[in-house]
Amino acid sequence: MSMAEVPHERVLIYDRIGANKRTTFFLLVGFTFFTALFFASAAVVISYYAGYDPAADSAVTVRIAAFSVVVATAVGILMYYASTATVLMVTGGHEVTGSEEPELYRIVENLAIGSGLPMPKVWVIEDSAPNAFATGRDPEHAYVAATRGLIDKLDKNELEAVMAHEMSHVGNYDIRIMTIVAVAVGLIALIADLMLRFTWFGAGSRSGNKDKGGGALGMIILVVAIVLMIVSPIVATVMKFALSRQREYLADSSGALLSRNPGALADALEKISQDPEPLEAANKATAHMYIENPLKEHGSALNSMFSTHPPVEERIKILRAMG
Amino acid sequence: MSTIIIVAIIVAFIVIVGLIFVGMYNGLVRGRNRVKEAFAGIDVQLRRRASLVPNLVETVKGYAEHERGTFEAVTRARAMLERAGTPGDAAQANNMLTGALRSLFAVAENYPQLQAAENFRQLQAELGDIEEKIAFARQFYNSNVLDYNNRLQTVPTVFIAGMFGFQPEEFFEADEEGRAEVSVDFSPDVPAAPAAPAAPVDSGGDPPATGASG
Repeated sequence: MSMAEVPHERVLIYDRIGANKRTTFFLLVGFTFFTALFFASAAVVISYYAGYDPAADSAVTVRIAAFSVVVATAVGILMYYASTATVLMVTGGHEVTGSEEPELYRIVENLAIGSGLPMPKVWVIEDSAPNAFATGRDPEHAYVAATRGLIDKLDKNELEAVMAHEMSHVGNYDIRIMTIVAVAVGLIALIADLMLRFTWFGAGSRSGNKDKGGGALGMIILVVAIVLMIVSPIVATVMKFALSRQREYLADSSGALLSRNPGALADALEKISQDPEPLEAANKATAHMYIENPLKEHGSALNSMFSTHPPVEERIKILRAMG
Repeated sequence: MSTIIIVAIIVAFIVIVGLIFVGMYNGLVRGRNRVKEAFAGIDVQLRRRASLVPNLVETVKGYAEHERGTFEAVTRARAMLERAGTPGDAAQANNMLTGALRSLFAVAENYPQLQAAENFRQLQAELGDIEEKIAFARQFYNSNVLDYNNRLQTVPTVFIAGMFGFQPEEFFEADEEGRAEVSVDFSPDVPAAPAAPAAPVDSGGDPPATGASG
């Protein structure tokens, strides 16, 4: 059990924090830029249908540009501060105190001491599917959440191993990046969906007055807008991938380092992955935050290609080798 | 012209070396501060533990007055813990206290009324919790010490450390060997104790047990 005293491990974690902060920053900037582009194209489409031609009317173009920059910046800032609350709202849980959930709370307390992190807020999601996640923008504003199923179905060591995995996400600043990605993906999916509907609707109503405005430039703008709408979910997916897979392996190993019990984490992952129930509150946007895929869609090659989690068998194998 | 370039190169070299030195020095100071902070984390728990001891002894005395040897051992270990100046001393005293408490709880097994007392059970649970927390705090402290000592003893930081007198920090060692056998140690006047289960204190938790064997 001397793995806890591997000197490189800590250095690695410090590197990890820096890398995570940088990636999150670029992600936020990229997302803000993307949002600006998106709002601009949406505004172009809207003004085009409203009878203005942005290409001909520079005042409209300026207004669209200003509007897009302001909205995108606001969205970017809001993302940084409000994403945690959003994720907590979407995943649906409630905060618990030490007297309400003594075992879980004590475990988190101990792990906070063991990792030198401030005590995070502890949340419980009333769902019988066992799973857990962590969120927040930094360790000082962190939340760890466990489902009722996790508390009920796992023994103390397994629960501790799972929470240790979550605490490593907190310590590594994985939570910041994962939370922002969850909200970004959710937002992009929502907007893309709305825009697609709007375009269909717009195209339908427009067929009546074909001669109004238009020309080749109008068509180009429309095509750009539609391409953006199609591209956005793909961007979202790519963003998600970039994040999760390696991250889970790392959190597994640093979690095992913290709980000193890789075997218990392997057992816990086995129980979580074999549980037949899907987690009600989980969706595609938040799936990557959980310790193990909550959507229960293992199997097909396509799913494994688009999966946000490394294969659980592989994770278990690595953990068993550590013990 | 060429003299200016040479001077510039020399100045740049000195500045760069100076910056590297400053960086290494600051890194060592940061490491040392981290170790101190981590020890404060253990210290909080050790104090909590020591503060519960008199209460525990009083409670047990109420039911098992003649187990004087056990009480004395506990009280002595507690006094030692409160006097401990360095992490090494604190670790040693803490291990003694762990052993003494273990035999106290082993003794308590022989008094069903004591076992049933609400106050006693509460103290036992709280001490168990503290013991777990000490194990976790120790883990964090030791990993910081390891990190710091490694930096201190490797090239090139070792030169800076030597120049400014940085000293390696002590690990907080847990006494694993003692764990299983402790209940026998203080038992000359308690013939029944060795037969009792050894470690009721941490009946709730395995991680410290596994942690201690790491």
